[in-house]
Amino acid sequence: MQAHQRMLDPISNGLHSGESPLLRTVGLTKRYGDFLANDSIDIEIWPNEIHALLGENGAGKSTLVKAIYGLIQPSAGEIRWHGDRIVLSGPSEARSRGIGMVFQHFSLFDNLTVAENVALGLDGTESFKDMSARLEQVSKTYGLPLDPRREVWQLSVGERQRIEIVRALMQDPKFLILDEPTAVLTPQEADQLFIVLERLKAEGRAILYISHKLEEVKRLCDTATILRGGKKIQTCNPRLETAASLARMMVGGEIKEVKAAAGRQTTIPRLVVNDLSLAPDEAHGVWLEHISFELKGGEILGIAGVAGNGQDELFAALSGERLSNDPGTVVIEGIAAGHLSITRRRKLGAAFVPEERLGHGTAPRMKLSENALLTGHAASGMVHHGFIDTAATLKTVDRATETFDVRKAKRDPEAASLSGGNLQKFIVGREILRNPAVLVVSQPTWGVDAGAAAVIRQALLDLATAGAAVLVTSQDLDELAEIADRIAVMFHGRLSEPLATRDATREKLGLLMGGSSLEPKEAVHAVGA
Amino acid sequence: MQLVLEKRAERSNTIALVSPLIAIGLTIVTMTILFAILGKNPFLALQAYFVAPLIDSYSLQEIAVKATPLVMIAIGLSLCYLANAWNIGAEGQFLIGAVAGSWIAVKTQGTDAGPWVLPAMLVLAAAAGALYALIPAICKVKFGASEILTSLMLVYVADLLLDYLVRGPWRDPNGFNFPTTAEFDPVATVPLLIEGGRLHLGSIIALLVVAAAAILLGRTIKGFEIRVVGAAPRAARFGGFNANQLIILTFAVSGALAGLAGIIEVAGPVGHLQPGISPGYGFTAIIVAFLGRLNPIGILIAGLFLALTFIGGEQAQIAMKIPLDVTKVFQGILLFYVLACDSLILYRFKLVFPSRQVARGAG
Repeated sequence: MQAHQRMLDPISNGLHSGESPLLRTVGLTKRYGDFLANDSIDIEIWPNEIHALLGENGAGKSTLVKAIYGLIQPSAGEIRWHGDRIVLSGPSEARSRGIGMVFQHFSLFDNLTVAENVALGLDGTESFKDMSARLEQVSKTYGLPLDPRREVWQLSVGERQRIEIVRALMQDPKFLILDEPTAVLTPQEADQLFIVLERLKAEGRAILYISHKLEEVKRLCDTATILRGGKKIQTCNPRLETAASLARMMVGGEIKEVKAAAGRQTTIPRLVVNDLSLAPDEAHGVWLEHISFELKGGEILGIAGVAGNGQDELFAALSGERLSNDPGTVVIEGIAAGHLSITRRRKLGAAFVPEERLGHGTAPRMKLSENALLTGHAASGMVHHGFIDTAATLKTVDRATETFDVRKAKRDPEAASLSGGNLQKFIVGREILRNPAVLVVSQPTWGVDAGAAAVIRQALLDLATAGAAVLVTSQDLDELAEIADRIAVMFHGRLSEPLATRDATREKLGLLMGGSSLEPKEAVHAVGA
Repeated sequence: MQLVLEKRAERSNTIALVSPLIAIGLTIVTMTILFAILGKNPFLALQAYFVAPLIDSYSLQEIAVKATPLVMIAIGLSLCYLANAWNIGAEGQFLIGAVAGSWIAVKTQGTDAGPWVLPAMLVLAAAAGALYALIPAICKVKFGASEILTSLMLVYVADLLLDYLVRGPWRDPNGFNFPTTAEFDPVATVPLLIEGGRLHLGSIIALLVVAAAAILLGRTIKGFEIRVVGAAPRAARFGGFNANQLIILTFAVSGALAGLAGIIEVAGPVGHLQPGISPGYGFTAIIVAFLGRLNPIGILIAGLFLALTFIGGEQAQIAMKIPLDVTKVFQGILLFYVLACDSLILYRFKLVFPSRQVARGAG
């Protein structure tokens, strides 16, 4: 138990020699039926360490941290805490031992205040008043400003994440797990978070940092463990690796580079939005305010922004899932379409790919051929006199499979049985095979493996080259930089002027994502140009 | 050791077919125990229920006659349920159809009205059933009122209306004060298929309804729309399908079929309008719809099976003095098991042996 006393000693950093790690998994295995989500994983977490857990979707990162946090029981192997084997009955036992976790998806009640939400997540017995005072103190100490009396629905995504972090810190964890914390932050907010994490590390705590943003990991983390297909591939020092070498370890091979065709010509305006304003259709939804842009054939316009700033509402207004009273607000192929249904808009040549693959883009428990019919019934010759042409729907499945390398167990499986990347390739393929004049796509590569992401981005570029107008909403700035010609930013239901991609630095986009306007001289420059 | 439900990667088609059979098996086991508790010989009771009706031609015809309304109503209900619209009031739509159709029969009684009477009765009954079903549908779409409650409550309204009519304005003057209309004229009666038998034209209509529903659901875009709205509402909206229009449509169709079944029952086997024309067809059809997996062919088979329980129940009452209400108990238990077994389509049982428990924190 000698190690015990030295555990939180900040000086014992570095070589780890002669001590036992804070947390260690030995041969940790989790089996779901025949599927090995974690295959005998050994990982060591030391105090004063920010340890990255890298891997593609489905590599087993979530399973591993869920086991460490007591949410699931491993099928085999063990977890050692301070060198002692532990069996966690659930998250509250993990918390009481000093293991905290901040999830990617927040569990907050919109209509409760910050303090009430924190109180609900704590196991302690202290009074609400004491707890509120401690909340304010912790948030001040770590530079995570929060007003305990505000209701959650009024807060930005970044502030909501702060609640989760403060809630975890109030338990004084020795070990904190963060699941993709920067996915919802602007670059500037991410920088602030890194300062907090460095400070936690200096206090002798350990952090397990799940991410797939390699530059971020290289900058922040001392150690990185790479998982692939449920197995541990390597533990390394990310600072001694390049982003490319880390990516190779994650993917297990080279990733195809996405190439834009040289000299793409822009043609006529194919999607025009004129002063579109729309009230939200649910409580705490976002108002769309005076959105205008023009998108020509052969062009890709990217829309950046932190989630929840009106991107979903804009998608619904463009697709026709929500109608506008003024037909002229959305013009597709020169025809005022603001009042037209999604089917009528498809007939005008528009195609749509929503963010949510299962339940929005597809009916999960229906076959791929039926999901081809879902969007293809309007204008793709799949229906004759009300009768379904099954051969035509199957042909679409086959063509999408072939063109976009969709991997599946049989010819026509249920949508839910495909992996995220393969289903996304099918959905994008289904729309592109209709030869749309306008494609509106939301988060095209969200939660998709690198190989599939490259296929999808290339497909979007090729579609633009073929003359279509493509609108891409994404939270991944690297993705937008890779494929978009211009990038606009959404904030509080308003859309900024688009910047040419070569001028759209992370700084500028970050400022716009946080609601600031660009510096006056930029504005003057823009007007003068 | 622990028994857990584990989600399957893909729905099991085998279980989808076998699940109703498992449910029937479990129901029979339960009924055996129940008969034993009632002090009846379970073997003889089950024989009276399930074997006796099948070896007698009169009973066989009677099964088809009882299955006719069950199947017609259940087909309509299955369209509602597939589209996630919960019509529980088919019993009321059945009664309203019977009343509306009977109005023509009563008004033309004793006149020399031609062969148009029966077709007119069928059309009016279907229209009345559809309109009656539209009340909860429109309340749902316009005001968000729960269609489950409103459709169910309208059953009692229809029941009381029928009661009032046969005790009041439509009562047979020569009927010794019984609450019933006069026997319908031959032109207002559904023709028999076999002279002197029980089988009537309604059974053919029910078969046509089954075939039409099979084509609708399997081959047409409207049928796809119904299935996708129920299975994935948001995806359906993305596909351009309007869930509210579909609630209206499926309620109207199921109301029309229930109304049609109602007039066929009155103008067929019963021959006149009276209270108690339905032994709960509208409610039993809910069981038929689920037992038949909301699939037209399945519903046809399930309808025949449930009809068997009605006939068997009568046999058991006559032969063994088992109360007729036991039939309803039987049907209720069956629905319970059908819904329970359905979870096996998406889940499977698994025995889990926990990993060796070591004293916590021990080194």
